[in-house]
Amino acid sequence: MIEIESVTKSYGDVRVLDDVSLTIPTGGITSLVGANGAGKSTLLSVAARLVPADGGRVRVDGMDVATAPGPVLARRLGVLRQENAMSVRLTVRELVAFGRFPHSGGRLTAEDHRLVDEAMAWFELGPLADRHLDQLSGGQRQRAYVAMVMCQGTDHVLLDEPLNNLDMRHAVQMMRMLRGMADELGRTVVLVVHDVNVASCYSDRIVAMREGRLVAEGPTAELMTPELLRKVFDVEVEVHELAGRRIGVPWS
Amino acid sequence: MQRRHVAAALAALVLASFASLFIGVGDLTPGDVLDPDAAQARVLWTSRVPRLLAILLAGSAMAVAGLVMMHLTRNRFVSPQTAGTTEWVGLGIVVATLWLGGTSVLGKMAIGMLFALVGNGFFVWLLQRLVLTDIVVVPLVGILLGGVVSAATTFLAYRFDLLQSMDAWVNGDFSGVLAGRYELLWLVLAATVVAYLWADRFSVAGMGESFAVNLGVAYTRVVLVGLAIASIVTAIVVVSVGSIPFLGLVVPNLVTLAMGDNLRRVLPVTALTGAAFVLICDVLARTIRYPYEVPVGMVGGVVGGVLFVWLLLRARRRAL
Ligand SMILES: Nc1ncnc2c1ncn2[C@@H]1O[C@H](COP(=O)(O)OP(=O)(O)OP(=O)(O)O)[C@@H](O)[C@H]1O
Ligand SMILES: [Mg+2]
Repeated sequence: MIEIESVTKSYGDVRVLDDVSLTIPTGGITSLVGANGAGKSTLLSVAARLVPADGGRVRVDGMDVATAPGPVLARRLGVLRQENAMSVRLTVRELVAFGRFPHSGGRLTAEDHRLVDEAMAWFELGPLADRHLDQLSGGQRQRAYVAMVMCQGTDHVLLDEPLNNLDMRHAVQMMRMLRGMADELGRTVVLVVHDVNVASCYSDRIVAMREGRLVAEGPTAELMTPELLRKVFDVEVEVHELAGRRIGVPWS
Repeated sequence: MQRRHVAAALAALVLASFASLFIGVGDLTPGDVLDPDAAQARVLWTSRVPRLLAILLAGSAMAVAGLVMMHLTRNRFVSPQTAGTTEWVGLGIVVATLWLGGTSVLGKMAIGMLFALVGNGFFVWLLQRLVLTDIVVVPLVGILLGGVVSAATTFLAYRFDLLQSMDAWVNGDFSGVLAGRYELLWLVLAATVVAYLWADRFSVAGMGESFAVNLGVAYTRVVLVGLAIASIVTAIVVVSVGSIPFLGLVVPNLVTLAMGDNLRRVLPVTALTGAAFVLICDVLARTIRYPYEVPVGMVGGVVGGVLFVWLLLRARRRAL
C-alpha cells in the first residue's frame, strides 16, 4: 500500500503538486493520467523518494520513504523515470542484472541469474543480451530498463510512461505482463500513461490529475466518462462500450 | 573477451617488468639475478626492485582513480589530471611546506590529500550547478580550474623560492625511488582494493542518481567515497613520484572502450593496463637518451597526449 499524505512540491514560484493525498491499495494496476505538466511524473518521483517533497509525506507499507533505509526500500519499491539518459556502457544483461543489486549486492546467486534470464525472456531481450545499451533502438532500450525494474522483484512497481517508444506488439506484451504481475503475484503497479484507452483496458483504478491537483480517483469504469475526460484533458471525448470495454474516441 | 584482454595486459606487464629490472647504468643482467655479487644485489634490491614496485603501484592506482572519477562524474574525460586534482595536491604541498612545517613526506601527503579532496569536491559541486551539454566542456572547466590553482602555486613557490622542488611533483620521475623512500606508496594499493570492493556501487552511481537511489545505493556517500579514493591516491602518488600526465584519463578510456563500463569487470584490467602504461613509459624514459634519463612524466605526456587527442576526435565523431 502506498499512502500519499498532503504532498506539496514547488519549483520556484510554481506549485507543481498542491496538497495531494492519495492511497493506492495493495495489488492491482493504478493508472495516473493527466495533461502534460499536470504533475504526474513529479508525484511518482516523490512517491519513489527520487525527489524530495516540500511538505507532506509518503509511506510505502507503513515506511516513510524520506527516512526509510535505502536498501530496505529498494527491495519493496522499484521505479523507472520517464527519461533515462544513461552514459554508462553496459550490456543489456549487465543492466538487467543490476536489478538484483538490492538483494544480492552484486554477487549474483543462481536464483538471481534465473530471474535475470526470465526478465530478459519476457521482454524478448535474449538476442540482445550482450549488446551495449547505446547500440539499441529506443524501444529496445526502454524494454531493457523495464526488465531491470521487473528483475528487482519489488512488491511496488512505479513506471513513468513505460510504453514510451514501444511498438504495438511490445506495448500489449508489456501491459499483459503488468496485469500478470498484479493478478498472479499480487503486486502493486502504478503507471503513468497517456493513452486513456490503455488505462481503461488494463488498469483497475485511475487517478486523474490536473495542474498539480487530484481531479478524481476511483475504479476505472467509473472514471471513463466524457465529463471527466473533458475536465482532465480539455478535449471532447465520446466514450463507447466495445467488447465490454470503455473506449474513448476524441475529436468526434 | 574478458580473458583475452586480461591476458594481453598481463603479458605486456610481465614483459615490461622484466625489461625494467635490467635497464640502468648499474651493470645487471638476467643471468646475474641467480648469482649476484654484493654490488649487483645492492642495485637490485635498493634501486631496481623498489623502482619497479613504485611504478606498478602508482600506475595501477592512478588509472583506477581515473576510472572511478570518470564514472562518478558521468564523463569520460574527467580524471585526476583533467579535474585539477593534481594541481590541488601541488598547492597543498607548497602550503604544507611554507606554513605548516610539513617538510615530512607524510605531512605533505596529508595536506595534499586535504587539498585534493576540497578541489575534487568543488569541481563536482560546480558540475552539478552548471548545465554543460558538451561532454568535452566539462574537462575543459577542470583544466581551467587546475590552471588557476597551478598559477597560485607557482606564484607562492616563486615568492618563497620553492620553484626547484616544485619540479619534483610536476614532472613524474621514478629515478629517485630507492628502498626506504617509496614505501608509503603501498597505501595506494589499499585504496585500489577498496575501489574494487565498491566497484558495483560505483557502477550503479554511474548510472545516475535516480537509478542509484532506486537500487538502494546511497548516492551522495558513494560519490564522496569515490572522490576520497581518487584524492588520496593522487596525493600519495604526486608526493612520492610526481604527476604522470594523462595516465588516469587515457588508460580507463582505452580499457572501457574495449570492455564496456561494468566496473567490477573493468577495474582489474584498468589497474593492469595502468601499471603497464607507466612501466612502458618509464622504460622508454630510461632508454631514449641512455645513459641519461628523461622524466617519465614527459614521456607519459607525449604518449598520453597523442592518445588523448585521438579519443577526443573519436568522441566528437560519435557525438555528431
Ligand atoms: N526540475 C524542474 N524545475 C522546474 N520545473 C519543473 C521541474 N520538473 C518539472 N517541472 C514543472 O513541473 C510541472 C509538472 O511536471 P511533471 O514532469 O510532473 O509533469 P507530467 O505530468 O509528468 O507531464 P508529462 O505528461 O509531460 O510528462 C511542469 O509544469 C514542469 O514544467
Ligand atoms: Mg511526465
